[in-house]
Amino acid sequence: MAMSPKDRIKIQRQSMPERDADVRNADFKEVNIGFSLDLAQTESVRCLQCKDAKCTCGCPVGIPIPEFLERIADNDLKGAAEILLGANALPGITGRVCPQEEQCEQFCVRAKSKNGEPVAIGHLERFVADWARENMDIRQICAPATGRKVAVVGSGPAGLTCAGELAKCGHDVTIFEALHTVGGVLTYGIPEFRLPNKIIEAEVDRLRQMGVKIVCNVVVGRTFTVDELLTDEGFDAMFIANGAGLPVFMNIPGENLKGVYSANEYLTRTNLMRAYEFPEAETPIIKGDRIAVIGGGNVAMDSVRTAKRLGAKVATLVYRRSREEMPARKEEVHHAEQEGIEFQMLTAPLRILGDENRWVRGLECQRMELGEPDDSGRRRPVPIEGSKFVIDCDVVIEAIGTRANPLLTATTPDLKLNKWGYILVDETGATSKPGVYAGGDITRGSATVILAMGDGKRAAASIHAFLTANAECAVAR
Amino acid sequence: MFRILDARRLASDVKWFRIKAPLAARNRQPGQFVILRLEEGGERIPLTMAAADRESGTIELIVKAIGATTKHLCELEAGDDIADIMGPLGKPTEIHACEHAVLVGGGVGTAVIYPLAPALREAGCFVTAITGGRTHDLVVLEAELRSVCDDVCVTTDDGSYGFKGNVADRLEELLSNATKPVGVVYAAGPVPMMRAVCDRTRPHKIRTIVSLNPIMVDGTGMCGGCRITVGGQQVFACVDGPEFDGHEVDFDELADRLTAYRTQERTALERFEREHGHACASTRLTTA
Ligand SMILES: Cc1cc2nc3c(=O)[nH]c(=O)nc-3n(C[C@H](O)[C@H](O)[C@H](O)COP(=O)(O)OP(=O)(O)OC[C@H]3O[C@@H](n4cnc5c(N)ncnc54)[C@H](O)[C@@H]3O)c2cc1C
Ligand SMILES: Cc1cc2nc3c(=O)[nH]c(=O)nc-3n(C[C@H](O)[C@H](O)[C@H](O)COP(=O)(O)OP(=O)(O)OC[C@H]3O[C@@H](n4cnc5c(N)ncnc54)[C@H](O)[C@@H]3O)c2cc1C
Ligand code: SF4
Ligand code: SF4
Ligand code: FES
Repeated sequence: MAMSPKDRIKIQRQSMPERDADVRNADFKEVNIGFSLDLAQTESVRCLQCKDAKCTCGCPVGIPIPEFLERIADNDLKGAAEILLGANALPGITGRVCPQEEQCEQFCVRAKSKNGEPVAIGHLERFVADWARENMDIRQICAPATGRKVAVVGSGPAGLTCAGELAKCGHDVTIFEALHTVGGVLTYGIPEFRLPNKIIEAEVDRLRQMGVKIVCNVVVGRTFTVDELLTDEGFDAMFIANGAGLPVFMNIPGENLKGVYSANEYLTRTNLMRAYEFPEAETPIIKGDRIAVIGGGNVAMDSVRTAKRLGAKVATLVYRRSREEMPARKEEVHHAEQEGIEFQMLTAPLRILGDENRWVRGLECQRMELGEPDDSGRRRPVPIEGSKFVIDCDVVIEAIGTRANPLLTATTPDLKLNKWGYILVDETGATSKPGVYAGGDITRGSATVILAMGDGKRAAASIHAFLTANAECAVAR
Repeated sequence: MFRILDARRLASDVKWFRIKAPLAARNRQPGQFVILRLEEGGERIPLTMAAADRESGTIELIVKAIGATTKHLCELEAGDDIADIMGPLGKPTEIHACEHAVLVGGGVGTAVIYPLAPALREAGCFVTAITGGRTHDLVVLEAELRSVCDDVCVTTDDGSYGFKGNVADRLEELLSNATKPVGVVYAAGPVPMMRAVCDRTRPHKIRTIVSLNPIMVDGTGMCGGCRITVGGQQVFACVDGPEFDGHEVDFDELADRLTAYRTQERTALERFEREHGHACASTRLTTA
């Protein structure tokens, strides 16, 4: 489909078809419907096929973006899928959850011109991934078995990616997961209305077909220590990707009232335990008519939109900086707005108020204004005198961040940590312990899915090199 | 799937199980617990491992039927399967070697203190257990305790059996009359009982370790739902506990947080009883 750049430029960005806001805010089905083939082709033609494709530099795993977009335009979806899968094992996930506006799409030349909008790379990635899942046999051909055993701790995006890459090399991989289901944050954190479970399940099926073993209900650090896996259980190497799931509380009065949740608990009850189906699913959740969520990231956005779906009449997001500083994906903020979420920007919570039976009844807040920029360059919010007010609510959810979970590291004394308790790794993903690699949120602090996957991939390459070198030593001996 | 190998009723609402769960068994130490989920869609609930055997890969649980999940579990028999068992969780009990250790258990709590006796005896303690119930029928595990303790006192509120009064009263009597000085008290049971025990040991400055039972979800420190206040600090019972210095625990807060799901628990129980053909919808919900 040869088309001049001039004609391409004329095409407007295609918008993602979505379910009606008033319908979707009452259920957990996916918000985005996905591009049709027509929309996908029109959108991919917008790509100018830059020689020096800046978009690819903005992608943490370096997907050759113009190449896969060209295949879509040429109606070669299989070719597009092959290019995509060559660089990114989980495009159905990243296409949905990557903060594209800060990564690939931010660097798209089409965004540089006045009123220009970037090519919808994320939406197109999702389109190709979904097509491939339904129409292609994406089973990997694995190298012959090497007989080397690798343990992967945690089944989030870092663990799943690493396991897949290692299985491809012929290694015998076992994933140990603490919970009863795989997927990490993809399953218990990110709600189905953004990332349906069937996409994670398809990925896990693919890993199983490649011979990856998955053992749930194993808490490494308790069920086995890292050392026991390496010695008693005979693993030759290990990848630790246990995430950063220890919720931080604000430490304000009233946090232990009934009706106060960490976002992790609120989302786990809903997504992992399916509390929205209570009593068919047996885990309860306090629903509440008026819910206040504290925070401005994806986690806060997921919580507040979940609250709406659980039936809250008023669901309010409370954030101490302004709209522009909100770290959440732009699309989520936009969707939240459509769904009737209220935003209280430049608002800092002071304390949670309770009634005589210790149920939450309000959140006392203070208005803020933006002052001088702080170390991170963001303007620091400063309180406005005499601006206290109360948001009436019966549930408060804190989504202000997580810390490193010490459960595993506390039982592995020779694993070097940084001052916040995250595992220290070098540029190959190696930890201070020979044969043990780490990646994802447990090395970075809360980051993103694509960075966790990038870590998994890099560590797999390093582990493969480590095992191959070791194999040669063994032969030489 | 985790197969139940053996099941025995210890009292009308208490049941003992031996279950094949090699991974939970292999590193288990006294005081540690598992989180289990009976089936798809089920709740995750914490239960103390009363014993475990690494060789045979089995664990033992003692369960008091108080709500939908525990009642369902207590209907299972040898040969039935449990979907998920994860563990061991929590810190092992601090075994405080001293001349005389006293274990105080009320209701479900008796299942929690029972596994401590062998470990304490091994450490050289003379072990007294005090267990009780409102009335004789509600006294559980007496014979089991007798087989692992040096002395066992049973109390009933109505005096239908043993000492008339509650376990804290009996403890108080023991503390004032014990020929062997008591060096440590371990207590597990309903919150008011644990609080009463701590009130009795405080004047004597006796180390008192309580096993707390906040509501849990994941058991790995990820959700923060099991947070409690100890010595003014927020801690997570699943990873920092479940045992704490009883003299430092904010029991009011714990008791209150345990009531958060009262309404839903009743709904779940009624639904369970409807589906499992129990006529009595008015089953009492024991206060934890
Ligand atoms: C609600 C929410 C929304 C988010 N939205 C986005 C988004 O839109 N886009 C984006 O890019 N990122 C998003 N993130 C961040 C992203 O999900 C994480 O950065 C990413 O999942 C980290 O991956 P991971 O593999 O390191 O760890 P995780 O996904 O945290 O997985 C770790 C796994 O290890 C298991 N585990 C923990 N301890 C042990 C142990 N001792 N033994 C065995 N297993 C253990 C855990 O149960 C878990 O399954 C979001 C996060 C949350 C919480
Ligand atoms: C570390 C720990 C060890 C325990 N060990 C044992 C044991 O060995 N034997 C035993 O019989 N019980 C034990 N329990 C208590 C047991 O977990 C609860 O009885 C069970 O969760 C109740 O579930 P349910 O659905 O049957 O009742 P529900 O209907 O959920 O609740 C009934 C009552 O139990 C309390 N409760 C509800 N959920 C929990 C929960 N997740 N954890 C604690 N209490 C809860 C409620 O406040 C309520 O008062 C232990 C609890 C903890 C935290
Ligand atoms: S993986 Fe993420 S950053 Fe890379 S191209 Fe896809 S959406 Fe963009
Ligand atoms: S920068 Fe934009 S226009 Fe250029 S190749 Fe990448 S997606 Fe296409
Ligand atoms: S049960 Fe979730 S943190 Fe303890």
